Amino acid sequence: MSVREVAVGAYREGLPALSASVLGGLLAGVVLGGMRGEFRAVPGLLVLVPALLATRGNVYGSLGARIATGLHQGLLEPRIRGADDRLYRAVAAAISNGLLASAFAATVAFLVLVGLGEPVASLPVLVAIALLAGLLSGSVLAVCVVAVVFAGYRRGYNPDPLVGPIVTTAGDVFGVAFLLLAVRLVLLGGS
Amino acid sequence: MQTEWSVRAISRSMVPILLALTLVEIGSGLVLGRFEGALLRSPSLLVLVPVTIGTAGNLGSVLAARLSTAFHLGTLAFAPTDDQLAGNALATVALSLTVFPAIGVGAWLLAEVTVGARLGLGTVVAVALASGAALAVLAVVVTLVATYAAYRFELDPDDVVIPVVTNVCDVLGVLVLFASVALLV
Repeated sequence: MSVREVAVGAYREGLPALSASVLGGLLAGVVLGGMRGEFRAVPGLLVLVPALLATRGNVYGSLGARIATGLHQGLLEPRIRGADDRLYRAVAAAISNGLLASAFAATVAFLVLVGLGEPVASLPVLVAIALLAGLLSGSVLAVCVVAVVFAGYRRGYNPDPLVGPIVTTAGDVFGVAFLLLAVRLVLLGGS
Repeated sequence: MQTEWSVRAISRSMVPILLALTLVEIGSGLVLGRFEGALLRSPSLLVLVPVTIGTAGNLGSVLAARLSTAFHLGTLAFAPTDDQLAGNALATVALSLTVFPAIGVGAWLLAEVTVGARLGLGTVVAVALASGAALAVLAVVVTLVATYAAYRFELDPDDVVIPVVTNVCDVLGVLVLFASVALLV
């Protein structure tokens, strides 16, 4: 194949998934754009945003890849009712790893900002926001990933290329939306 | 070799890389914190943040996945004259130059209808396009280096390259956005 043929093929294959994730990213951006009050109320929160969003992608992307591989290998059946214990264990591991990474991110961000002498909210507030956002978005994302991979597999699609774009799109939107909800709940509980 | 499907085994294989990637992302968060003032003043720039980060990561991960497949199929050679390499790199740049102007227009429109954009449409599109062009080149370089490193160290590029490339491109997304805002706004 010539360079041109390779480039045209890769462009056509890449554009739909990229466009879908752009839409998700813009929606997440709108929520973020409306969160200026929250960023002012919780100094240090903005520093956490990339870590929290990336955690969603890393953890649930890996969950999706694992489930897709499990289906290919015949370790899992594509159904939720009466599902294999392996599915529950994989989901439980994803949610607990997501929570661990979220709490870790909040703690590191707090320590670095204190070290730099920058203004930062208290450690319990940041950790509570990170954990609550991680739990809420994690539960929704786990359901999304499992449902989409199962549905895709049952209709005869290869789930592998579905996982990445779905997780980044859903991860951005739910990640930011539940971050907003978590900030509001924690601020409400703290005041 | 597939890890066992227990919470402990999955966590053991995953937590170290997850925490390392979290540290990298906190780095990009600190950069974001440096221009918090500019972001909070201009909602259209804040709208650009997740989409720029996400698109940069996706450009890298799509390229990494394609190179990884070509590598497994044995159709990839690490030479500047390789058609697979050059064609995929070209497609990454073309994809970026297609979506980033649309991202700029979208971010401006969405900020305008929701909270009111402070910056002009032209400025926001220029920031998005400049970021996109720089990020496409960086995504190609990072992906090539990571894929080549995986090949040299005999690691499966599927396991290593995609998470590394996605997260490095996330960080570069913030840095490039920061630079474009500093130059153009």
